[in-house]
Amino acid sequence: MKVTVTVNGVEHARDVEPRLLLVHFLRDDLGLTGTHWGCDTSNCGACVVWLDELPVKSCTVLAVMADGRRIQTVEGLARDGRLDPVQQGFAACHGLQCGFCTPGMMLTARWLLDRDPCPTPERVREAISGQICRCTGYENIVKSILWAASHDG
Amino acid sequence: MTADHAYGPRARKEDARFIRGQGTYVDDITLPGMLYGAILRSPLAHARILSVDVTAALGHPMVEAVLTGADLARRGLAWMPTLTGDVQAVLATDKVRFQGQEVAFVVARDRYTARDALELITVEYESLPPVIDATTALDPGAPVVRDDIPGQAGNRIFDWAAGDRAATDATFAAADVTVGCDMIYPRSHPAPLETCGIVADMEAVSGRLTLWCTSQAPHAHRTLFAMVTGVPEHKLRIVSPDLGGGFGNKVPVYPGYLCAIAGSMVTGRPVKWVEDRSENLMSTTFARDYHMHGEIAATRDGRILGLRARVLADHGAFNAVAVPTRYPAGFFHIFTGSYDLQAAFCEVTGVYTNKAPGGVAYSCSFRITEAVYLVERLVDLLARELGLDPAQLRLRNLLQPEQFPYTCPTGWQYDSGDYPRALALALDIAGYDDLRREQADRRARGEYMGIGLSFFTEGVGAGPREHMDILGLGMADGADLRVHPTGKAVLAISVQTQGQGHETTFAQLVGHELGLSPDDVDVVHGDTDRTPFGLGTYGSRSTAVSGAAAVMAARKVRERARLVAAAMLEVAADDLEWTSGQWRVRGDPEQALGIAEIAMAAHSSLRLPAGVEGHLDASAVYNPPNLTFPFGAYICVTDVDPGTGEVRVRRFIAVDDCGVRINPMIVEGQLHRGLADGIGMALMQAIVFDQAGNCLGGSFMDYLLPTAMECPSFELGATVTPSPHHPVGAKGVGESATVGSPVAVVNSVVDALAPFGVVHADMPLTPASVWRAIQGRPLRPDLVRD
Amino acid sequence: MQVPAQVEYERAASVEHAITLLRRYGPAARILAGGHSLIPMMKLRLVQPDVLIDINGLTSLCYLNLADGQLRIGALTRHAQLLESRLVGEQFAILHDAERVIADPIVRNWGTIGGSLCQADPSEDLSAAFAALKGTMIMDGPDGTREVSAREFHTGPYETVVGPAEVLTEIRLPLLDGGGSAYLKVARRAGDWPVGAAGAAVWLAGEVITEAGIGLTALGATHFAAAEAEDYLRGKPASAEHLARAGQIAAENCRPVSDQRGPADYKRHLASELTSRVLRQAVSRARPIRPGR
Repeated sequence: MKVTVTVNGVEHARDVEPRLLLVHFLRDDLGLTGTHWGCDTSNCGACVVWLDELPVKSCTVLAVMADGRRIQTVEGLARDGRLDPVQQGFAACHGLQCGFCTPGMMLTARWLLDRDPCPTPERVREAISGQICRCTGYENIVKSILWAASHDG
Repeated sequence: MTADHAYGPRARKEDARFIRGQGTYVDDITLPGMLYGAILRSPLAHARILSVDVTAALGHPMVEAVLTGADLARRGLAWMPTLTGDVQAVLATDKVRFQGQEVAFVVARDRYTARDALELITVEYESLPPVIDATTALDPGAPVVRDDIPGQAGNRIFDWAAGDRAATDATFAAADVTVGCDMIYPRSHPAPLETCGIVADMEAVSGRLTLWCTSQAPHAHRTLFAMVTGVPEHKLRIVSPDLGGGFGNKVPVYPGYLCAIAGSMVTGRPVKWVEDRSENLMSTTFARDYHMHGEIAATRDGRILGLRARVLADHGAFNAVAVPTRYPAGFFHIFTGSYDLQAAFCEVTGVYTNKAPGGVAYSCSFRITEAVYLVERLVDLLARELGLDPAQLRLRNLLQPEQFPYTCPTGWQYDSGDYPRALALALDIAGYDDLRREQADRRARGEYMGIGLSFFTEGVGAGPREHMDILGLGMADGADLRVHPTGKAVLAISVQTQGQGHETTFAQLVGHELGLSPDDVDVVHGDTDRTPFGLGTYGSRSTAVSGAAAVMAARKVRERARLVAAAMLEVAADDLEWTSGQWRVRGDPEQALGIAEIAMAAHSSLRLPAGVEGHLDASAVYNPPNLTFPFGAYICVTDVDPGTGEVRVRRFIAVDDCGVRINPMIVEGQLHRGLADGIGMALMQAIVFDQAGNCLGGSFMDYLLPTAMECPSFELGATVTPSPHHPVGAKGVGESATVGSPVAVVNSVVDALAPFGVVHADMPLTPASVWRAIQGRPLRPDLVRD
Repeated sequence: MQVPAQVEYERAASVEHAITLLRRYGPAARILAGGHSLIPMMKLRLVQPDVLIDINGLTSLCYLNLADGQLRIGALTRHAQLLESRLVGEQFAILHDAERVIADPIVRNWGTIGGSLCQADPSEDLSAAFAALKGTMIMDGPDGTREVSAREFHTGPYETVVGPAEVLTEIRLPLLDGGGSAYLKVARRAGDWPVGAAGAAVWLAGEVITEAGIGLTALGATHFAAAEAEDYLRGKPASAEHLARAGQIAAENCRPVSDQRGPADYKRHLASELTSRVLRQAVSRARPIRPGR
């Protein structure tokens, strides 16, 4: 099946099997390996990307479902070489250790802050409650996102 | 010395690539012509293999190869050694011995085809009765798991003991009070977010085998792979790229790795194999699974006299624990804990069962998680029995600072500690007395909150090579340091970070010794072609061992620099002293030289004294004289709803002492993780089986990991008691919180349930478990009965 | 990660087109909405349809409307939209209580109400909520449109009355009109399937319960409803003792199954405990009709 997907503002047309998962399309077909995967059952959220400006678990979406739609991955967070405040926050507040959950966490954080510029820590925790981190105990992830909230341009 | 190259919190150098999504993990690696492997696994826990038919799979146009146990046997690869001197099947030949065991390996052109092709393989099994309940494994007539071992009559692997049995029995016989308890530390799994995997590239012409592999111990793995595959070690290169977490899961060598290597040898192309999450949970090294009976003996007024323990250790179908050879039960015999005891004795029996192999993983510090759980539960049980406050009971019995170095009844020499100070600080941060008052008020209103303590001593940084080795490789680690002419340094280390921040902390270590900014020190790790030999990262040993090696190498460089500096300044070497990051002439401090200037001079035409070579490079291999002994005091506050059994962790206070802290920000990050581990293990994580041997924890739908909702904001405190034998006084901290935290949570919940008469309840304390404990009909956590 | 078996794919341009495709391909075809129930099953190969009929383009099925004293929910409405709707929050607290604890915020962005209902997992929360609210499901098929009560929608685990060539298009809920509602769930962890859950809607005249709806999730209640407990409550005062008795009756009439989430005796206890708690909460949110009006 032919699909046309706009990823980080760039249009890509490919021929794919209907069963191809969006996460594999991004990683293997487009070479965008910043989006990760970590489970079989849509629990871990390492695969979170934006689909038409909504965070979704790309392991649970078929590439064909993204035909004609817009995707944003972690590679599209920085603009013109400038890091997004969310990215700066994660670096400033030690919000990552192994880095595997980080792309998904940052994309969810960006979406949250776009809708709720001053979230409470509880709201932040709820927003990332569908994503697992094994390294940080979430403490510094929450701090990173609150840092970004107070440093958003 | 400027603040720039002192210890302290500083942002991590490795973050730059991760926040851009530019990390390189094994599944990110693509090589020209690369093929994909998939493993067919046994659906049965115990069965004879009658036949394996791969014809249909081989007939698939996009399948390049299919390997069975018989194929590997022809190459001598059907079995491989484990880290414990047992053997493990790479692909099953005679029998399958756990659900999920590897039976066949498909190599195909893409990952989807590889998965499809598994369904084209037909295996005929003859089902056998399985051994699932470790407590029945030694019953007469129990099915024998390892009939492949000549002379193996039953399921016993080993019996091991430590301490003085007679003295301990006498202590117990004479004690005013003894309390005993059965407790299970259920099977759990480290579950790093990135599963295990490999890209294997066997180049036929050069005979070189290159492996990109999720390995926490690349050099040890290289030696092992060389011995198993026959590829000479100097033609074998392992690159451990960025790892998405390890936690001990990436220490063993797995059958999938060898299958990928064999696949590459057979097809002549690179082969990638990355496991699913279900494969990770069902077949890679689990953790814990200790069935323990513990007893504590004391005087009536609360002086702890002795501890006794008997343990049944479920090792699964193959003995594949990652422990130093002489310690089949790891360091469990540190169950003497943090107290001044008269006597202690423990015995551990290891058994085979029809479950995945493993046992030592998930930040256990070689079974210290189990030991701390046992002793700290027993102390709380004693407090309950004597009607004493658990904090007071601990304060009364903790080792005192003047008792260090302290040799415990089972032989460990604890290096340094000020235990009462750490506990006092934790109690202060928690507002302990206020919490007890609040608890009393709430109980009167029919609300149930619990306050649980844990005080732990652990031993890390294995270890002295004279008595600690894995598969004959002594547990020493190396470091190579080069300083370039312009004063930039490259440190190559043998340990392998999986998120611990080595690129930053090791740069800080070297920077501190040489007066360099950590930005001027690059840390190289993970590639066996570029780094010195060592046993890798686990058991919190990176700072303790490899960090020490880095410091020793840096000090050698500094001493070499002294000689060059003396030549530059035309003074005697003894006239120089190292202050504020430079070599200065004693009494004439204006005459000073930093490492950068000295490096350029070392490589210049400067005349050097006889015997002094023109470079600032050095190597060191550090053989630790002892373990280091970090410790901590934790307090967990929970609220329990007895109507539903739900537990909420309200607060978690953790005071840790890991000696000198190189980067406190990174240390705290490690602690946060371990505290979350404790919540997970205490409340929700367990790999559960049914009687038929079906693994019920094979996905993240059933093996539950804590989210941000279950974790409170952690409250940390610190004391610093340097290790007397580590070159910079650091002790290591990666596992401390995982060791100390689960029992704090359990103690808290049991404390909350005290009015219901609950004295003990096994982890995980799910709502159902808590409710059943209140009813007096506790659930067994690890086995679902029909 | 596990991946699905090969499958064909069609994109429906309209509901009629979807029906035509379903008729053409027969039972080997499955409707693909959010996919967050179906695709996980396909990845584990527990379900292997031959054809997927993608209805994500049918935005006309995505709505939340008030009409004729009813809330009408288009089947393609995403869980997140239900949770974000102020209208729904004001009219049906039970739905917001339930949505807040369904799956996780990311899954809720794409999973649909219709998809969850048609998956018909015994642990699916909205089934019990709609049973408590006595809703109606609307289906379109080759023979036209038909309505089925929420309490007759499920015929067993993973089975509904939706015919092989039918599409669930809408769920209709009568407005509470002064009734109070609530939903309470016990899970082992945030985002986990329920060990047990209860939803209730009650209407009061003065202190007396005039009508009650009680739904139970994952507790083996017939059609996700606690009908016997509802019958008991009708006409009784909304006192703690009657609400507790209703909980007991609900527990007596469900058949929970022991599994990894908990043993049957615990689940039966939850049926009782959660029913009485959720009734208390629903009562506290009700705006009673004054007697004599």
